[in-house]
Amino acid sequence: MMSSETRKLSRRWLWSPILAMLLVLPAAGQAEEGSYGYPIPGSYAATILGTPEMLRIEKPDNLAMKVLVLDIYPEREKPELFYYDKGLVCNFAYQKNKAPLAFLIAGTGSDYDSDKLRFMTYGLYKAGYHVITLSSPTNPNFIVSASRDSVPGDLETDAADLYLVMEKAWERVKDDIEVSDFFLSGYSLGGTQAAYVAKLDDERKTFNFKKVVMINPAVNLYASVERIEALLDVIPGGSRKIGIFFSRMLDRFTEFYKKGDYVDINNQFLFDVYKSGLVSQEEAGGIIGLSFRIASAGMIFASDVMTNGGYVVPKNRILQVGDPLADYFRVCVRLSFIDYFDEYFFPYMQKKRPGITKDQLKEELGLKHIEGYLKENPKFGVMLNENDFIIDDADRAYLKQLFAGQTKIYPRGGHLGNLEFRQNMVDMVDLLQILESTGGENQ
Amino acid sequence: MKKLSSCVSRFMLLLCLGASVCGCATTKAHLPPEEPPMHSIEEFTDDENMLFVDDPWIGFNKNIYKFNYYADEKVILPVTRGYEFITPGFMQTGVSNFFNNIGEVKTLYNSLLQGKGGKSLNALGRFLTNSTVGIGGLFEVAKSMGMERKPEDFGQTLGVWGVGSGPYLVVPILGPNTVRSTTGFVADTGTRMAMVNAIDPLENAPEVETGLTALEFVDSRHQVKFRYHKSHYPFEYFMIRYLLMQQQEFQVMK
Repeated sequence: MMSSETRKLSRRWLWSPILAMLLVLPAAGQAEEGSYGYPIPGSYAATILGTPEMLRIEKPDNLAMKVLVLDIYPEREKPELFYYDKGLVCNFAYQKNKAPLAFLIAGTGSDYDSDKLRFMTYGLYKAGYHVITLSSPTNPNFIVSASRDSVPGDLETDAADLYLVMEKAWERVKDDIEVSDFFLSGYSLGGTQAAYVAKLDDERKTFNFKKVVMINPAVNLYASVERIEALLDVIPGGSRKIGIFFSRMLDRFTEFYKKGDYVDINNQFLFDVYKSGLVSQEEAGGIIGLSFRIASAGMIFASDVMTNGGYVVPKNRILQVGDPLADYFRVCVRLSFIDYFDEYFFPYMQKKRPGITKDQLKEELGLKHIEGYLKENPKFGVMLNENDFIIDDADRAYLKQLFAGQTKIYPRGGHLGNLEFRQNMVDMVDLLQILESTGGENQ
Repeated sequence: MKKLSSCVSRFMLLLCLGASVCGCATTKAHLPPEEPPMHSIEEFTDDENMLFVDDPWIGFNKNIYKFNYYADEKVILPVTRGYEFITPGFMQTGVSNFFNNIGEVKTLYNSLLQGKGGKSLNALGRFLTNSTVGIGGLFEVAKSMGMERKPEDFGQTLGVWGVGSGPYLVVPILGPNTVRSTTGFVADTGTRMAMVNAIDPLENAPEVETGLTALEFVDSRHQVKFRYHKSHYPFEYFMIRYLLMQQQEFQVMK
């Protein structure tokens, strides 16, 4: 990839433990380039590798957590193919004493138990919060069990679905814990959705969220999707050749594994691959694009089966447990988010709201659509990375201005790569607290 | 789930029968005829066939996968959770260490069969160290002395000898495998039974033997983090199949 970057990285490697110690105190406002200890400079590399283990937030020793399975629509008949889907699954971490409760929303395709949500749970639990984690409305479990239409993508509908899930979850646990106040956070798509959920809550008032923190959110979903899809345009042959791309990457990893002394494919292996310069910048982007596609493949397929939409599965076909699904995967993984929007989501929305145009819909899928609400509301905080590739500089400037005074900005970290970095988790708790002190007065 | 106890294999046939019963088909009545979808695989023939794995018994395999999911949910995981609840953490670690240490014997003879001197010495060193300093294998001390655990089994030995993996095979209870790894499992289990019979350390205590077998079974589930369908990903079977084949290929390389 980057011999100069590699050198920089190894230098930072030496410094990072020291910097990490110095940075335990949260820096207010804008993080300075020099003082931020997250070690990986490249945007794609940070996104893929995350945070080195020794710099990550640690699991609290006393963490008490259990799984909730919520039957949101008891009447719903689920296809036999999803025989294992018994309801929406959430993690519930609980304190013994009266404490604030935070709901967390996962990013695209991810579930309630994703690593990122785990780390956020650790950070909040250490700061004394109860936590309930929610799968993304784009996750197959959500589509099958908790989505009213089973067609994810519309921020308002997805927020209403999430809100119903939160109410059901709260219903389930409210007799077991004591709660002082409610908080909300989400990362990536989940961050954008958190804004819509908070808006809905201001109407319904079940929770009266004191503070809402968005971590690396998309400003506009369609624009972010275009930027992610563009990562696949630069691989040889473009996005239609991801099969060949995948094989080539795998061959290269295999070769590297053979030569080295590795027992497992673990983080150390990935770091070594990165440091060896085995993967070019374009290829690292391609790997990210491919992983988004793998997530969206699950979303497209689950939605199509649930709605009998005839998009990738023949209309009226009832798939059996023993049926091979490989070809459906191979089709779904080659369909872009843009295809999904144009060919599946938009026609669906047209039926729901006759007369709506594509441009109108695209415009609605973002924060600008509820800008008026967000602007005059001090309860929102946002965490941004200067080199997050799912938004551009104009988006970054917009977020800084929209949430002025309630932002944490980091010089690097890519998309979510620094989320589990200790300082970031301290900052997240910090942002929630600032909001707590000011939130009530301004309502 | 590797290295399950010998008694498991005795039940396999029975379980196969059980699994075939729960895989019965749903009827397709009352539905209008199928219509072709907007996108199908024919569009994408100019790209490589991603994640291909030879799986001629897919119908059987997927139904066993489903059976295993229910066996896990209804019986094995509740028992495992009960064990984890009543047993203090350090004891669980001790139990795992104990059975892993016995597993070093398997690693030792398979490393020898593969002609891997370094690995054989490593396994021997680990077994001797953990059995003595580690008090009968209850403590893992060899690792801190630089001897990492590098398990080998007869399936891998067959691979090193040039035997192909054979088709993918989901074995009841045991889970995702190939014909080669299943053969290896049977051979290793047989070898172990023969060794136990020859040494016969528990001649007069069949109850203890049964108890140990049960404990080993529970411990082996305790050690495996995989949960069927936890991902809720509709293509989980397909992904696991590919990863398993890939993992076996990687293991044979080392």
